[in-house]
Amino acid sequence: MTRALPLIRRRLVGSIFVLLIVVIGTFLLLEAAPGDAVDAYIVSTGGDAGMIELLRHQWGLDQSELTRLANYLWALLHLDLGQSVTFSRPIRDVILERLPTTLLLMVSATALSFGLGSALGIYAGARPGSFRDRFLSVGSLALYAVPGFWLGLVLIVIFAVDLRWLPIGGIESLASDKTGLARAADIAVHLVLPVSALGFIYLALYLRMMRAGMAEAWRQDFVLAARARGLSRRRIVLAHVARNALLPLVTMLGLQSAQMLGGSVVIESVFAVPGLGRLAQEAVASRDTPLLLGIILTSAVLVIAINLAVDIAYAFLDPRVGASEAGA
Amino acid sequence: MSPLRRFLRRPEAAAGAIILGVLFAMALFASLLFPGDPQAIAGPALLPPFQDWSLPLGTDRLGRDVLAELFHGARTSLAVGLGAAAAALFIGAVVGTLAGFAGDLVDEVLMRITDAFQTVPSFLLALAFVSVVGPSLGVVVAAIALGAWTGPARVARAEVLSIRERDYVAGARVIGMHPLAIAFREVLPNALPPVLALSSVIVAAAILTEAALSFLGLGDPNRVTWGGMIAEGRTVLRTAPFLSIIPGIALVLTVLGIYLAGEGVVETTAVRRSLS
Repeated sequence: MTRALPLIRRRLVGSIFVLLIVVIGTFLLLEAAPGDAVDAYIVSTGGDAGMIELLRHQWGLDQSELTRLANYLWALLHLDLGQSVTFSRPIRDVILERLPTTLLLMVSATALSFGLGSALGIYAGARPGSFRDRFLSVGSLALYAVPGFWLGLVLIVIFAVDLRWLPIGGIESLASDKTGLARAADIAVHLVLPVSALGFIYLALYLRMMRAGMAEAWRQDFVLAARARGLSRRRIVLAHVARNALLPLVTMLGLQSAQMLGGSVVIESVFAVPGLGRLAQEAVASRDTPLLLGIILTSAVLVIAINLAVDIAYAFLDPRVGASEAGA
Repeated sequence: MSPLRRFLRRPEAAAGAIILGVLFAMALFASLLFPGDPQAIAGPALLPPFQDWSLPLGTDRLGRDVLAELFHGARTSLAVGLGAAAAALFIGAVVGTLAGFAGDLVDEVLMRITDAFQTVPSFLLALAFVSVVGPSLGVVVAAIALGAWTGPARVARAEVLSIRERDYVAGARVIGMHPLAIAFREVLPNALPPVLALSSVIVAAAILTEAALSFLGLGDPNRVTWGGMIAEGRTVLRTAPFLSIIPGIALVLTVLGIYLAGEGVVETTAVRRSLS
């Protein structure tokens, strides 16, 4: 563990700069948006020119851009994202309420895509050039070309409209007073389609990466050595070839978290899942720019945290990580 | 054997080339085959496909010709895909070259900005950009490029780092060329091939992002888009699922064609490189 500490420290410092750039970026977008918080407030409540002036002064909107940026940063340091006009509540509270649903969706989709994708990748990569290898390779490429939101609609048509096996949308049955396990099962049933729609494209990605990584590993000397020692093919595939091909997939896990957050926007809209992504779409529809930027900031923090976690996991999995830094 | 024939001998690559050929033909001849406004009413509403041969793919909820919309939508998809990818590759190549060639502080600042863009989900960024600036074809292209330039920038930087120590770069320094001239005239052209190898993936991703944006109602309202057609069909998903399924199939085939052709090009050039 100690050998990974300098790496983590360096990553944390870097993350602060990255976050600062993101904040400045969202501030610029906020400035570019037509109208400000006062306009939005007046539209929803009504008021005259005198009140607009007063509010602008009170909320500090008549100050210079730099002062406003400083105020914005100061508020963010106190985890204050401002007030949502559409919800008439603090943006932070609205986001925190929706976040667990999106996290559940993301974790489930990641588990599905990573688990099934790497397993199928090992199955294909165990016999390079075989029929199943070529079939899975072309099949995964086709899957990789399918837009998630369209796949979601197709799944709805098949499994919710025609077969009536699964619910058409939502995260749990309305007006049900289920608790405990019954509620968990209800949510799980509702999650099957959105998780599939969100996860399948990444399943294809992991399958292809695993296959490519194994093709690379087959050529390595240690595989030859393992063969020379007379190990069974099964053991060579699992313990030597697949194990070495697995590491890049772990890195990908962190890199694609941002993509998956973006993908959840459309998937949550298709399945009416009340998560962060659907909130983003609601913010766009009601022109609530501060709320949208709050979601972007939250996503950025989430992505940074996930990548940090992946880095730490990587340091455990690969003994080479941090070895040079600890020595330096 | 010529590179083209070697490319077409791969079945996957040939399939990709055929799909792309059909797509370009659809985009090119859309106005010729289906003159006038594709969003005009052409027949009875919700006509199923393969019933009336003057409207082969049927009509949508308002009686618009689905086939005509499909042809005109190909135009939007291709324009946005190619435009956004070109912009992303250009920005990425310039940023990557500057970062790699200048080094030190410039490198550090540019790479942290690249990190920041990779930290924000690119689809959310595009969503915010379009909703703030307002939907039009140019804005959609810019919004997608904004989230797509980071990959090319990283690849370009890595390539420039290995090139800048070569003898011909040192030679250019000795004869007193301006550093920017060296970076963009000597180094950048040589760093381009691996950057361009990303283009098929970027075009495909741009087309998918455009579709998702217009699905959410953030496409150019004056143009037919496949994503918009899918969203339109969604309102009658129970009774007329074909309205959402047909443009989706067009999307899948398009993206698949780009992947297949792109992979074919990369493999053909890789073979050529290993032969020479």
